[in-house]
Parts: sequence; structure tokens; C-alpha cells
Amino acid sequence: MSTVLTRRPGLAKLRVRSGRSPLHLVCLGLVASVVLAALLAPWIAPHDPNAVDLGAALAGPSAEHPFGVDAAGRDTLSRLLLGARTSLLGPLGVVAFSTLAGVAIGTAAAWRGGWLDSLLSRATELVFAFPGMLLAVLVISVYGEGLLAPVVALGLAYLPYVSRLTRSLVLAERARPYVSAYRVQGHSALQICLRHILPNIAPVVLAQSTINFGYALMDLAGLSFLGLGVPPLTPDWGRMVFDGQTAVQHGYPLSAILPCLFVVLTVVAFNVVGERWADRVARRDR
Amino acid sequence: MPEPLLQAVDLRRSFGTVHAVDGVSFTLPEGGSLGIVGGSGSGKTTTARIVVGLEHADAGEVRVRGRARPSRARGREQRLARAREVQMVFQDPYLSLDPRTGVDQVLRETLRLHFPDRDPEPRIRELLDQVGLGTRAADALPRQLSGGQRQRVAIARALAVEPAVLVLDEAVAALDVSVQAQILNLLADIREQTPIGYLFITHDLGVVRCVTDEVIVMRHGSVVEAGATAEVLAAPQHPYTRLLLDSVPHPGWNPDRIAAARQELTSPLAQPTQHTGGRSEPT
Repeated sequence: MSTVLTRRPGLAKLRVRSGRSPLHLVCLGLVASVVLAALLAPWIAPHDPNAVDLGAALAGPSAEHPFGVDAAGRDTLSRLLLGARTSLLGPLGVVAFSTLAGVAIGTAAAWRGGWLDSLLSRATELVFAFPGMLLAVLVISVYGEGLLAPVVALGLAYLPYVSRLTRSLVLAERARPYVSAYRVQGHSALQICLRHILPNIAPVVLAQSTINFGYALMDLAGLSFLGLGVPPLTPDWGRMVFDGQTAVQHGYPLSAILPCLFVVLTVVAFNVVGERWADRVARRDR
Repeated sequence: MPEPLLQAVDLRRSFGTVHAVDGVSFTLPEGGSLGIVGGSGSGKTTTARIVVGLEHADAGEVRVRGRARPSRARGREQRLARAREVQMVFQDPYLSLDPRTGVDQVLRETLRLHFPDRDPEPRIRELLDQVGLGTRAADALPRQLSGGQRQRVAIARALAVEPAVLVLDEAVAALDVSVQAQILNLLADIREQTPIGYLFITHDLGVVRCVTDEVIVMRHGSVVEAGATAEVLAAPQHPYTRLLLDSVPHPGWNPDRIAAARQELTSPLAQPTQHTGGRSEPT
């Protein structure tokens, strides 16, 4: 089990030797507050994120606009808060789709084996060979802008990671005698998979999905930055960076840098939390 | 003559060029207890797995009360009927229980599957009582139990199905000696109370002596000797059986002699199925 998720020490070196790691706690807090902000955004945002006040365009931080105003005169804080919704909803869709479909495909391939395994494994390898971003750009160019198309495309691109992991976990799990015991008892394959194998492999898969969440957030922000993700007026972190480009050139970087910072912090936070979880699962006493 | 409870007819199974099971036949009478003995790699576990249906035979068939067991169960009815014919207790109680499923939950699942109309709770208590586990163990997860307790749970789980035959694949090999004795006593008690038949797979001749009426000795995938347990153990006919008996450490035991005997037996001149009753002891 411990070899399934490769340990990448990286930031984990910041941990204190004993006791709880402060980095993990900070990241956990960050994840919680970003999620909370996204949930409560309409109530806590001080301004309408799309209200244009050209008179105050590119104004610096003030009591009324704590994070300043962008080139179109929209309040940056409100846009950041509401942007958290689309910025988190997208990756959530990607992770949910890739996890559900990946687990289903991986489990079917590992359990059945034979030609089905070959077919599914080759098919997912084919998706592997295709760059995820390129796939997303392709789908968007066919279906037009909107959140759904890039989410489905990235979901497909992330699916092989989950299905490959699941397949290896299910292969290891089904070789355990308790699975044979349930088969001898007359339980159906579906029952054994749903009631026993999936709960046993779920923590590892979910930890991997948490890490995927960060990557998906980054990819979707990148697509938005390229103008390919969400429609123009929607508040979204990637889109805000795109909108703020001109302001940066004019010497007012705040409205572009803040969403960048949020993307980076959130991705790092999700990665640290996910890896910590994976480590715990790997070390767990079975 | 009544149909025997379990009958294996000329079972064969090979993995590549290795004949793991090569023409094994045996009969287990109603309520009887049959031991299959042999060293590592003698094909006894493969035979057991064919009998329970975890492995398919290349040739031959397994009959329960005269009816051939299908190699693959189709549909729910057939699956459950198959499970009620033969149940199995596995070698390692540390691996044969789902680490996330509690003891009472294990039994409840099985009872719900096989007896959906019955209230499982009284039966769970009855089963736990039968295998000597208290109600306190009922709430426990497998990791909170000792090896012996886990094996009791595994036996209770197999008994919950109310099978005709219970296959015990090295069921006490992973337990320490005092716990082994407890489990063997438990199995003997269960046999007195229920009309169940045992198929006991083991390498341990002491175990065979305790719990089986008849025994077959396997070597290289085939049966080299068969008969009543007491007779086979008292007067072994085949040199391999004698070697197995001599291999058990006892006072004055000489491992070098055993090694020499083993060498002689595996040399190309010796034919594994040949009964060489009058052969003198190797020196």
C-alpha cells in the first residue's frame, strides 16, 4: 500500500520533527476558508462584483475597496470572493467526474481482467498520450465557451490517473483472502466491490483526488486566462488575471496579482492537505 | 448404497508445465472427516480450491450428494446453492477477514444473503456462542481480536451458511499450539452437533490424527496413499508417508537422515505413485 502513492517530500520538510505540522494546519485552514468564502460569497461580498464604477478605475486599496478596483472599476475583493465559486466549482466537477468514472473503469478492468482489462487500459493510455490542456482547448473550440465543456474535457484528461491508481489498488485488494472468502460465501462480484473493496481503497483514491483538485484548479485558471474557460463577465480567478493584464502594463498590478496569489495558495493548500492525507493512509495500521 | 456427501473424481489441474493436481479422487461420507496431507507444493491447497470453486479443474468433477458442482455459478440462485454445498476456512485469519467489517456485521451480511426472511440477530448470538466468542467480541473489528478469535469468527462465518461440507485449508497452521488445540476441540464439538462433513487440508500429522477419520496423502499432485487415519499413521505403506511421519521432530530425531531419505525419494529412479511396501529404511 505504501508504494502506491509516491512520496514527494518537497514542502513536507518544513514540518516540525514531532507533533502536528504547522504547514498542514495552515493549509487546512486555507482550504477551509476558501471553501467557506465560496459558499458565503454573495452575503459577504461588499459590492456587486459586476458593478462598474469607471470613476474609481484602478484605484488603490481604500476603506471602501480593501483590495482596490480593477481597470473596469469593479471591486477586486468582491470579484475574488465570487470568483472563488467558479474557481472551485470547476475543479470540483473535474475531480468528481474523473473520480467516479476512473474508479468505475479501474475497478471493472481489475476485477474482470482479460480482454476488458486490455481494452480499458489501452483506451485510458490513449487519453494519457493526449495532453489534457490540448484536449480541453479542442473541446472548447468545438462546443464554445462555458464552464461545462472544459470541465468535461479535463475530467476526461484526469480520468486515466484515477483509473490506473484504482486498477492497481483493486488488483492488490482482490488478491486478499477475504475477497475469496466472500466469493465462497456466495456474494456477488458487485456486492463485494461496492461493500468491501471500494471502502478499503477509498482513502487512497480520495487523497489522490484531493491532489488532482489542485492541478485541475490550475489548469482551469490557465484556460480562463487564455479566454477559453468561463464567459467574459463571470468573476473567475483565471479570468481576473486575464482582465488585469492591461492594468499591470499601466503600473497597477494589484487586480491581476491577487487572483494569481489566490490560485497559487489554494493549489498549494490542496496539495499539502492531499499529500498529508495520502501519507497518513499509507502509514495506517491495517 | 447412499450417495457420498462429497466426491472428487479424477481432478486435474496444471499451471503451465506443472501438474499441480494430477488425477486426484476421494470420497467423503456423510458427516465424515477426511484429511488431505502432503508437503508444500503437493497440490493439496489447489485441490481444496477446486472443491470450493475458487479454482477450476482442467478435468474431472466434484460431486456433492451425487450432483456435479458447476465450474461457474450462473445467477444468484446457483451462487447461493453452491455456497451452501461447500464453505471454507482459510489458512490466515489475519487476512481472511475484511479489516473494515466488524464481527457481527460479517455474520449479518452472510445471514441476510442466505436467509433474508429470518431475523439475523438471534442466529448471530447463537453462532458466536457456538464458536465460543462472547457478545463483547461481536462489536469488535478484526484487528482488535487475537488470531484464535479471528479464526473463530471465520469458522462462524462459514457455519452461518449452513454448508454440507466445510473445507479447512491449513486452518490452524497460523495459530500457536494451545490455540490450535482449542480450535481443533471446537471443530470436533461442531461435528458432534451438526451433520457437517470436514475436508481437512494440512501438513501437520498431529492435526490429522486429532480430527480426521480417513486420510489421503498427496505428493506431486497425486494421491500416494489413502486409508483410515489410524492405520495410515500406524503402518504407512508408501515411503513418502513414512518420510512425512519421520519428519516430525521427536527424541532421537536425525534431520540428516530425513534429508537423505528425501533425496532418495526425489531421485529419478523413484516413482512417486509406486507402492513399495517392503522397502527397507534408508540409512
